[in-house]
This record gives sequence, structure tokens and C-alpha cells, in this order.
Amino acid sequence: MFGKSLIEALRLILQADTALANVIAVSLQVVGISLVIASALGIPLGIFLGLKRFVGKRLVIALLYTGMGFPPVVVGLFVYMLLSRSGPLGQLGSPLVPALYSTGAMIMAQIIISFPLVAGFTMAAVLGLDSHLRLQLHALGATSWQALWTMLVEARVGVLIAVIAGFGSIISEVGAVMMVGGNIEGSTRTLTTAIVLETRKGEFSMAMALGLILLLISFIANAAMLRLQGKALDQ
Amino acid sequence: MSELLYRATNLTKRYEERTVVDVASLEIERGEILALVGPSGAGKSTLLRLLALLEAPTSGSLQFQGVEVAMGGARPSLAMRRQLTMVFQRPLLLNRNVTANIEYGLRLRGLKAKERVAQVLEQLGLTDLARANARNLSGGEAQRVSLARAMVLETPILLLDEPTANLDPYNVSLIENAIRSINQQRAATVVIVTHNVFQARRLAHRTALLLDGHLVETLPTEAFFNAPDDARTAAFVRGDMVY
Amino acid sequence: MRKLSVLIVCVLLLSLGLSACSPAAPAETAVPESAAEPTKAPAADAEPTKDLPQHTAGRLILATTTSTQDSGLLDDILPDFEKEFGVKVDVIAVGSGEAMRLGQAGDADVLLVHSPKAEKEYMDGGHGTRREDVMYNDFVIIGPADDPVGIKGMSVADALRMLADSGAEFLSRADKSGTNAKEIALWEANGIDPNSAFIVKTGLGMGDLLTMAQEKQAYTLSDRATYLSRVKGGLDLVVLVEGDKALFNPYGVITVNPEKNDMIQADLATKFVDWIISVPVQEKISQYGVEEYGGALFTPDSALWRESKGQ
Repeated sequence: MFGKSLIEALRLILQADTALANVIAVSLQVVGISLVIASALGIPLGIFLGLKRFVGKRLVIALLYTGMGFPPVVVGLFVYMLLSRSGPLGQLGSPLVPALYSTGAMIMAQIIISFPLVAGFTMAAVLGLDSHLRLQLHALGATSWQALWTMLVEARVGVLIAVIAGFGSIISEVGAVMMVGGNIEGSTRTLTTAIVLETRKGEFSMAMALGLILLLISFIANAAMLRLQGKALDQ
Repeated sequence: MSELLYRATNLTKRYEERTVVDVASLEIERGEILALVGPSGAGKSTLLRLLALLEAPTSGSLQFQGVEVAMGGARPSLAMRRQLTMVFQRPLLLNRNVTANIEYGLRLRGLKAKERVAQVLEQLGLTDLARANARNLSGGEAQRVSLARAMVLETPILLLDEPTANLDPYNVSLIENAIRSINQQRAATVVIVTHNVFQARRLAHRTALLLDGHLVETLPTEAFFNAPDDARTAAFVRGDMVY
Repeated sequence: MRKLSVLIVCVLLLSLGLSACSPAAPAETAVPESAAEPTKAPAADAEPTKDLPQHTAGRLILATTTSTQDSGLLDDILPDFEKEFGVKVDVIAVGSGEAMRLGQAGDADVLLVHSPKAEKEYMDGGHGTRREDVMYNDFVIIGPADDPVGIKGMSVADALRMLADSGAEFLSRADKSGTNAKEIALWEANGIDPNSAFIVKTGLGMGDLLTMAQEKQAYTLSDRATYLSRVKGGLDLVVLVEGDKALFNPYGVITVNPEKNDMIQADLATKFVDWIISVPVQEKISQYGVEEYGGALFTPDSALWRESKGQ
């Protein structure tokens, strides 16, 4: 059974099946865009939370930690209800609001899922820096932005782990993308929803083959990100 | 030696309910080496950070080169801040190699003075460590790099917080020589915080005693050690201060 | 995802020749147990012993379709079986395809499915020991109330051709489920390519598909039970085509061939089949939904039932 799946996986990859290529492309597109946006929002927030003191900070952090462990399906449900024809955003009919059962809706859900992880781990990485470091950088003549950038570079290992954690949370996610994407062949079907579908169809070796491809993509992506931080880890 | 660099009047710094610094009057002249001595917890480091324009005073007045920078005054400009460099007690080195650490302040200013870097490395005995990662240095090496990182900027003012704490005699004299030479060759103003009265005596033109945030007195070093006005200074110099 | 990983673990372990799925194996606790909790305890059996009887003989794994589970029928009838035989029935609700695959792998004891063609193949393959008719329900073609294509009241054949000609979006489950098998059979019987562009292949379960149809105001094929239960929940799509013989949907019960492994509860499975085709249970099936939806969701159709009715 397992061997058969392996062979099937290899066959699928070698055949360069267009349907499979499409599923992979949708997965990469959705995860990639989500991760870029979640990082663009989450890294600055994490740095901000790690450095600034303000009223209500504890509440924000508690919310963030809750978000880190929040079930993706609930996020999916939330986005579904927002974008539904009868939902607050869906009713607007604005071109800025992604349509339900589109990759836009999936990206929206995945941003909400991965953003707290990126922000939370970034915050932890920044908190791990010496509390006097920022003052020392200022004392060496750094502007606020230069100091911030240096701190980010100093915390790079932790920040990359934050991005990897965000990536991990959405590449393997299935509940939310199924709910708001609809698993439509050729448009919103991702590797994970395809795996669920093949399993439900009883096509276990096909499902396993897709699982192996997912594993491979995840491995390549993580290895690439590790390469980025490799220098920092080696030292 | 008569240009006034700093003038602090009724300068205080409070953290929540605790007053850490409460200095009635302090003047620092350009080109001098001033030592701030006192027991730990006296507020020396906090005062140094105020002088470094890194923190805002809670009340009182602080004039830097005639410009008010305390409450109600101007926010210290970048140009103003870049006239001084402060070295923290702990060597807060960046996770890079020694050379990159020393070049850091220069890069912030868009400079790349290779010769100056080489010279400072040489002066502090770091040439062999130029390529080593800062993470793998010993305590003494790290402290020297931290000082080199500040010295290479050649700012007119250098503020040093316990630059030789926990170092062996060889490293202590290496660093003290470096401080003396930048004061003599470039006429740089140096404010050095130390708990070691002998170091103050070796280096400083004037010495000030800080106790519980209050400045007891500021005297020429010779007078500070031999004929202090205040009995507490005499006791501190003798080493029988209870703290 | 968890269900999937449990499956993968089981498959892995089986392939290694280990007995991972013994009745007490902790891995199996991940199997959905919703049906094991009696929701409506019959009034006559209001005994203090809320849990299962003392002589717990084991548990029966029933693999069935999501539409069966979603209809609520199992919650209604299974507690009687559990009480009578002192067993726990674990319901795994999946697509018909997966249900039969589970049977084929020996991971289920008994199957309740609705995909006659696939059922026949399953029996011919020697994966089951006995198949009985149980009941049928019917499918309905539903769509937006304003019915832009205008298929209301048509025969199935005319309606499908109209849909194909109009190019209006028709949502398909495309998941090899019994409903999907029925849909494909209907397209093919009417000379329409099931891969036509107007057929949106979603890969969703019936409930999710109805949600999507609602949002997109699209046409689709649904079993009546799931459709009615969703109408109660606010679905505003309407039945456009119904009652056609081509839309009938027969359910069969199959005992899994016990030779697959020695954990299969063949004895219990047989008891379950005898029980579900018995006249009293068939009677109960015929009553299910009358109170709640104002009409029966299933029509009993076992050989014993037909006999008792003199058909």
C-alpha cells in the first residue's frame, strides 16, 4: 500500500499532470501570498509588542496567544460568515472584498490563521534580545529606524522561525480552505483539500501520493528558509 | 579648557515611585576626564544615560552645549546625539564578527574608515580577533571590542560605564591607556563611571561622588582624594563607607 | 485532517503487519462517536443505567455515508440496537467510495451505503458476505427560487438537457459519493458529458455543497433528507424537479468479509443486518422525519418489509 503510493507519487510528478500542477500552483499561490501578507503585518506588530510599553499591551498579547492556538476551522467559519451573501462584507458587493469560494477568500482565512503565529514568535524573538541593546545602538548614533533594523537583524533566527511557524500552520491547513474555498476543481482545490477528497473517494494511494508531494514541498520550503538563517545558526 | 559642555541643574530621574537621580548642580567642561564614583545603586549609570541623551529627565534642567534638552526643551537632534558615544557596562555586541561590530557605528553614518578600524583594532590588541564572531569572545575581549566600537567613531564626547569591571590587570591598563590617549590626542571629553576609586585617581581630572542619586561633591581629583570638603567623600575614599 | 492521519497510521501499521486496530487500541478512539451517544432515549427504557449494559460485548464499526449521518436517522434508530445487543456502534460517516474502501481494508464491520453499481462490484470482489436492501430515499434537483433556467416541474431528462443548454452553473460533489455516482449516471443516461464546463466540480460533502449552492444561487442535486434538514436551517433554494423514478436512491447494508482480519465483528455485523431489515425497525424508519419535516425522509424497502406488506 505504502510502496504503491510512493510509485503513484513519482508517477504523478513525472507525468506533470496538468490537474496536479494546478492543485500545486493553487496551494503555493495561496500559501505564498498569505505568508507574505501575514509576515508584513505580523513582524512589525511583533517588534512593536516586543519593544513598546503601552496601556492594554497584556490584552493584545493575550489575544495574540489565543489566536496562535485558534482552530483554523473557526477562522474559516468566521471568514465564511463575513463573506457570505448575507454577511457584513459579502453584502457590500465591493470589488475589494474577495468573493466566497475564491482564492482571495482562502488567502484571507490563511492570513488570519498565520498572522498571530508570526507576530507572537517575532515578539518572543525580540523579547529575547538584551533590554539595553536598543539604547546601546542609539548611543552609537543609530536613528530609530536604524536601531529597529539592527534589532530585527539580531533577532533574525527567531523571526525566521516565526515565518516558518506561520508557513507550517497554513500549508497543512484544510478545514478553513475547504470551507471558504469550496475545493473547486481547477480553481480552489489545494493539496490538502485534494487529499481529503481522494480519501473520501477511497483513493487512498492517490491521497498518500498527494500527501507525499505536500511533504516534499513543505520540506523544500523549510530547507530554503533554513538556508536563509543557516549562517546565523552555524555561528 | 573653559568651554562648558554640560550644565545640569536640579536634574532628577524617577522610575515609577523611585527617584534614582537627583543632582542639584553638575558642570562638565570640554576636554576633561570626569570620573563618577559611588557605590552600586547610587544612580551613576542612570546619570550617564541622561548625559548620553538616551533618556529624558523627569524634572530639572539639562543643557548640552547651551541647548536645553530636558523637559520643555528640544528633543536631542541626531547631529547632537552623534557628538557623543556611550559604552554600556555589559558589552552588547552584535551577532557578527569583531570587525563588523566595530564598523557598525561608522556604517550608521555612511562611513567606511578602514584605516581607523585597523588602528583601533591594533590599539586594543584585537587585530588577531578581527574575523572572530563576537559570540565566541571572552569577557575581556568583548569589553575591548565594545570600547573599540565607540572609540572608532572619534566623537568629541565619550561616556563609559564601568569599562573595566571584572577585567584582569593587563586588560585594565590596556583600556586605561586607550582612554588617556584619546583624551590627550583628540582632546575628547570623557565621563567614566567606576566603582573603583583607584581608577578614578589614575585617569580623571576631576572626580564626583554620587550617593543615593545625590551628587555629594565634584572636585579636582587631587583634592578629592587628599582634601575633600565632605566627610562622606573622605570615608568613601578610605573605603570604610557602609553601603 | 485528524481522521486522515488516523487512517494513514492504520494503513502504515497494517502494511507492517502489525495489529494496530485491536478493539482496545487507543488510536481508534479518534473515530467519531457522535452516534454512540443516544440523543433521544425512548421513554419506555428510562432506566437509571444510562451507560451501556454491563455485558458490553464490544463495538461495531459502521461505515456509512455523510448524507445518512446528516439526515439524523442513525441518531434516531441506533440507540435501540445498542441497548438491545449491549454494544456500542461507532459510525464513520464518509463518502460511499471511502466507506467501501474501509470495508475492503477490513477497517469497518458493516457498511450502509447507496451506490448500487459500486456495491455490486464490492460484492463481486468478495469483500462482503451479505448484501440486503434497506430502504430508499429520493434525490431532488434544487435551485434558486426564481429558477432562471426554468426547469421547474420538468422530467429529469428535460431538466438536465435544459441546464446543459443554458450553461447555468451546476454544482457537483465530484467526490465519488453515492450522490455523485447518481448524478453522473443521470448525465450519462441523457447524453451529457459529466465533465462539461458548466458542471462545477467541488469535492464537497452534501451539507457544504448546499451551503455553496445557496451562496452562488446555483443548481444542484441533493438527497431529500439533507435538503430538508437544511431548509429548516434557513436554506432558501427550492425543489424544482422531483418524483421521477430516475431519482430514487436505494440504500444497501453489507457485512464485511470477516476473512480480512480477525478483529472484524462478523457476528455482530450479521445481527445488525438482521436488525435493520426487521419489520419493527423498518416501521421506525418509515416514521422518521414525519414529525420534524412533515414527511418521511426514507421509504423502507427490505425484503422482510415488502413481504409483510404483501408486495
